Amino acid sequence: MDYLQTADVRFAYEAEEGVTPREVLCGVTLGIRKGEFVALLGHNGSGKSTIAKHFNAMLLPSGGKVYADGMDTMDESLKYEIRRRVGLVLQNPDNQLVASIVEEDVAFGPENLGVPPEEIRERVEEALKAVEMFGHRLDAPYKLSGGQKQRIAIAGILAMKPDCIVLDEPTAMLDPRGREEVLQTITRLNREQGITVVLITHYMDEAVRAGRVVVMDSGRVLLDGTPREVFSHVELLKKHELDVPQATELAHRLKAMGCSLPEGVLDEEECVAALELLLGG
Amino acid sequence: MLSNSTLGQYFPGNSIIHRLDPRFKLLLTFVGIVLVFVAGNFFSLFAVVALVVLAMGLSGIPLRQYLKSLKAIIVLVLFTAVLNLFYGHGEVLWQFWIFQITTGGISNAFFIAIRVISLILFSAVLTYTTSPTQLTDALERVMKPLKVFHIRVHEIAMMMTIALRFVPTLLEETDKIMSAQKARGADMESGGAIQRMKALIPVLIPLFVSSFRRAYDLATAMECRCYRGGEGRTKMKSLHATVLDYRAVAIIVLFAAAVVACNLLLPARLM
Repeated sequence: MDYLQTADVRFAYEAEEGVTPREVLCGVTLGIRKGEFVALLGHNGSGKSTIAKHFNAMLLPSGGKVYADGMDTMDESLKYEIRRRVGLVLQNPDNQLVASIVEEDVAFGPENLGVPPEEIRERVEEALKAVEMFGHRLDAPYKLSGGQKQRIAIAGILAMKPDCIVLDEPTAMLDPRGREEVLQTITRLNREQGITVVLITHYMDEAVRAGRVVVMDSGRVLLDGTPREVFSHVELLKKHELDVPQATELAHRLKAMGCSLPEGVLDEEECVAALELLLGG
Repeated sequence: MLSNSTLGQYFPGNSIIHRLDPRFKLLLTFVGIVLVFVAGNFFSLFAVVALVVLAMGLSGIPLRQYLKSLKAIIVLVLFTAVLNLFYGHGEVLWQFWIFQITTGGISNAFFIAIRVISLILFSAVLTYTTSPTQLTDALERVMKPLKVFHIRVHEIAMMMTIALRFVPTLLEETDKIMSAQKARGADMESGGAIQRMKALIPVLIPLFVSSFRRAYDLATAMECRCYRGGEGRTKMKSLHATVLDYRAVAIIVLFAAAVVACNLLLPARLM
């Protein structure tokens, strides 16, 4: 079994009486291996945030099973152990910081776990260094930029020593600089500390950086593969009102007009190289 | 425009006052405030003022910040002082219709003004040198015995921490909403008191709605970080008393003794 495993997960939010609840997840089977960097794509209402909350037992499936590190999320007694191992970072950095001082906020997680005080100190220091915010440990969160706040939120999860971090659109409310800071931080955590990362996003350019892309649509997995594989299905993605990275789009259109370009152009560099080859030859 | 108030603002530092155990600081501040009210004549009041000045000096925070904390209440101080001018007995210095200023009135006015100012400065020393989390931690510990009466001490302390954390965030948001409403032609500056209050409704409603959304998000984030109430929780900054705290207690006891002695031995206030 993979580190995060869902088996035919179905889920519907509670509806008002008399209304049949609409299924948000209609049978999702997905396995995420330890150490992977997976981008989860999909437009609004595709169920991508809902599945994220299933990974750490914040939501429980109405049908099917979810396992985190082999633990069934339906088992109430394992709830907190699962949440410690699978951290969830939310979209709005302002709404997930609890304390008025950065280091005290990062300490919140380990404090809840009952870690001894000296060890909490060490963990907080380590976590803040990992997100490069150690210099701001005594600042008030409201004085920081969006990107910095989001990195503090990540540090707050890191201090619980998780195996996996799930980020639910962590860059949606940030400016380009903040987005880049956060992306670099999670890429580094994945590479250097081997933390499994599930990045939920609707920015295609972010998804390209992942090792694997999963596209969701109407509560189902539509595509699953490397960024190159997934973004070669330009027509299918368009049909489901999803974008592809700009470079991919350009190469695709040129090809449709008869230019001989290679398959699966992902970023600007590749696009430039391919065009040079075409024009030079 | 709204965020320049220094109310409850914490200045990180490493002074003697910063290093005191917040529980002791809380209790000592309480004793200090009691002393302000116990002081019955100018001699004992002088002892109280000396105590405040000592605490302010040891806190290592520039005097400018303390003056800022007084700015907010200067009107109140002046108002009570002026009101007190007309009360009291003694030699009449100035008279107009039923109003008369006496020597006793002047001494009353000074006395009250010094009292209120010392009061504010005592609490300023506490809030400037103690982070909100430390403060609520201390409150939680001090109130722990109340658990016997089924008062949920941990929950109250947690609510206070969160409230303090969100004050700047909500102020910022209020500013934003006001600008947004002004951009749509809302007029908030003109008209009488009632009209201005009515103009605030389109600011308060969005603020209220967004607070609920924030609360929902925050609850999710706290659950994700394994929050489950006060049971089995540890603290990074565990509180323990040091020699410093006992010295502080000794100093306060001395000052308290001085205040009581002045009250009893020296003549009562000039009236």
